[in-house]
Amino acid sequence: MRGIGKSFAGVRVLDDVQLTLYAGETHILAGENGAGKSTLIKILAGIYTEFTGEISFNGRPVRFKNPQAASALGIRVIHQELSLVREMSVLDNLFLGRELCRYSMLRRKTQREQAAALLQRLGLDLDLQRTAGSYPLGLQQMIEIAKALLGDAVVLILDEPTSALTGIEAEKLFAFMAALKERGCALIYISHKMEEIYRLADRITVLRDGRWIGSERADALPRAEMIRWMVGRELTGHFPARPALVPGAPALLRVTGFSVADPAGKRDFAVRDLSLEVRRGEIVGLAGLQGAGNSELLLGLFGAYPGGVRGLMEVEGKRLTPGSPAMAIAAGLALVTNDRKQTGLIADHSIRWNLTLAALRRLSPAGWLRPRRERACAADYLERLAIRAASSDQPVATLSGGNQQKVVLSKWLATQPRVLLLDEPTRGVDIGAKHEIYELMNQWTAQGLGILLITSEMPELLALSDRILVMHGGRVTAELSRRTATPEGIMRAAMGEEAAA
Amino acid sequence: MKRSELMQQGRQWIRSPFARALLALICIAILGVIFNADGAFYKWSTHRDMFRQISVFGILACGLTVVIIAGGIDLSVGSLVGLNAVLFSMLTIHCGWPAAAAIAACLLAGTAAGVSSGGLVAKFRLQPFIATLAMMVFARGLAKWISGGQKVSSAVQQADGAYSYVETPAIFNALNARIWHDNVAVVSVVFLVCLAVTALILARLRWGRYVYAIGGNEEAARLSGVPVKATQLLAYGLCGLFSAVAGLCQAAQELQGDPEAGVSYELTAIAIVVMGGTSLAGGRGGVGLTLLGALTIGYLEKILSINAVGEAARLMLTGTIIVVAVIFQKGAKR
Repeated sequence: MRGIGKSFAGVRVLDDVQLTLYAGETHILAGENGAGKSTLIKILAGIYTEFTGEISFNGRPVRFKNPQAASALGIRVIHQELSLVREMSVLDNLFLGRELCRYSMLRRKTQREQAAALLQRLGLDLDLQRTAGSYPLGLQQMIEIAKALLGDAVVLILDEPTSALTGIEAEKLFAFMAALKERGCALIYISHKMEEIYRLADRITVLRDGRWIGSERADALPRAEMIRWMVGRELTGHFPARPALVPGAPALLRVTGFSVADPAGKRDFAVRDLSLEVRRGEIVGLAGLQGAGNSELLLGLFGAYPGGVRGLMEVEGKRLTPGSPAMAIAAGLALVTNDRKQTGLIADHSIRWNLTLAALRRLSPAGWLRPRRERACAADYLERLAIRAASSDQPVATLSGGNQQKVVLSKWLATQPRVLLLDEPTRGVDIGAKHEIYELMNQWTAQGLGILLITSEMPELLALSDRILVMHGGRVTAELSRRTATPEGIMRAAMGEEAAA
Repeated sequence: MKRSELMQQGRQWIRSPFARALLALICIAILGVIFNADGAFYKWSTHRDMFRQISVFGILACGLTVVIIAGGIDLSVGSLVGLNAVLFSMLTIHCGWPAAAAIAACLLAGTAAGVSSGGLVAKFRLQPFIATLAMMVFARGLAKWISGGQKVSSAVQQADGAYSYVETPAIFNALNARIWHDNVAVVSVVFLVCLAVTALILARLRWGRYVYAIGGNEEAARLSGVPVKATQLLAYGLCGLFSAVAGLCQAAQELQGDPEAGVSYELTAIAIVVMGGTSLAGGRGGVGLTLLGALTIGYLEKILSINAVGEAARLMLTGTIIVVAVIFQKGAKR
């Protein structure tokens, strides 16, 4: 793959990326969230067909029109999320979309024979007639892999396949991969786990911000160097200076031994036995790669998973059982979710309706709506956050990303919170609006609010946080102060190495 | 204000659901003028009767508007009309309850049925279509069971099989009467009251805003502290309450409680809501639109009937016109 570029809605996500893959090697694709790894493999697998650059396969240039075309050449992908139909039998899943037919009739016997042969080759002892969903997740992952290997796979792409597996299941998978390599199959493996990377890799390619940084043999690329490749960007972007913390400021939010059951049900816990504290006027940054559990932590604290959380939680010294978002709001918490379209805004509704929704109990104490108070409240925040809109009656969907995000922030400020839980507050926001949001965060902490911040942008994390907690696998693997935090140190901890900070 | 600004505002208004619903109504009215059946369309009594005939459907449509804005649907309203018509007739004619007590009992029963559907949706997370389909079947069965499958009227069957006639309770005639110098049917007044109550809830109460919020984006609403389940109970409960009101009006108009009353009424009521421009996707719409929808469908039916169009052609025409109107309405922006 050479000179690969790809844009989404005018935003360049891949630029001049290259990747060379040899038969019989395991090639690790590494990079931060949003570095462009998934986009690259989706181009290779024929899922994205609009891109620039060229792909050659066995020396011949190819351009896939659809995933079937890539699959026919033996390029198979195992995506992060399982794509089995749980209600269908193992056999039917294996042949889904590629059923063997004669005169439109299924050739069940031939299918059974081929499937049995494949499973035997893989050393899997499965009942072909049982429904796929009745097997544990690890085995489902194996079925997924078997499905990809049906027919001859030449290139197998695995996108974080172990995120749902137990240790033993992962070992089995690695054994599989070794056997495939023996047979000359090339593997592309995406992982955020340092241990895995160095155990499996023959070669490593690192992407950063949609660009190719380098490819190197694993034994010639020390861990520290790879991490530098992943994070080593110039700290560009102008961040407003953080004022010094008031020493001995009281804790606004204190969490001890907090666990959140995995809402997706893949693992036992998304967050396990975690403790943290956010003080008055402080911004605590939460770092972590995909699946680290930091979003689940915020949702859990906010009462979005009633019954799914354990542990102790205090807001301004008062015990709070996170039973519902309404209770959390009443206690002084506010949560800006990481997806404003799905969970932040009601796109059809006006700015005013969105802005006042969370604070409606305060704005209409007797249950009667008070249009004049609502208007005043909306106008106030439109001005304070400099939201560019013709009027507060405008549908929120007609605003730009940055202004939409400011409506979300206003909605939560209107509840008069004590602690803000911000999950990627600058995602999908232009540079100007980002800067305004940074300034606002400084203002709020100056007014005595506490902020718990998730951001996957390293410069942002380093510039805004007074303290940084790094999470991996639902636990905190490092706590770094503003002075001791480095991109390398954060990345090491985020990939599961206990830091000695 | 500049002329171009006025034009732009005008264009925006034309695109609003309200303007579209109004235009549809005007088109139907023009049809009425063209096919005026030798002047029958110009008679006041034609309009008065149209409004009376659409009232029961309109009452159902009020409740459905709330449920549909909340992102749900209620198929049980027609069956609840039958159930409450039977219940009301039995309580007043056979059991001799005073009218007020019977009305209260029916309203309670309707609300309970609605809250049950809402509970299935909120607590057990059943799809509204399934939950209310079950309620539709169940309520129809219940209506047949308590009435013994017979129409409940003032002709009361005695133990020996002979019929004796009791006097029809005064409440039936009161509900079936016309007031204001014979100009407005009582059931039409009931419809207008239901409209006003619904408008009050949707536009003036915090709960009304919650109804829009859960229909617009349930997850965003939940994370904003909106009590989603309670709001669902409220919406379905209100719909059940209005179904009971419609059932009382139906019984009064038929002077009996027919366990088969209200069959397929839910479809007409849904058509009214959709014709008005309330989106089945939830989160948008209003009861003012529903009034326009009710008038449109009411006039359509009336024009076809005064022109003595046969039933077969009438059904086909109604179906076609509903589709055309809804496609028209789909182009609307809020």
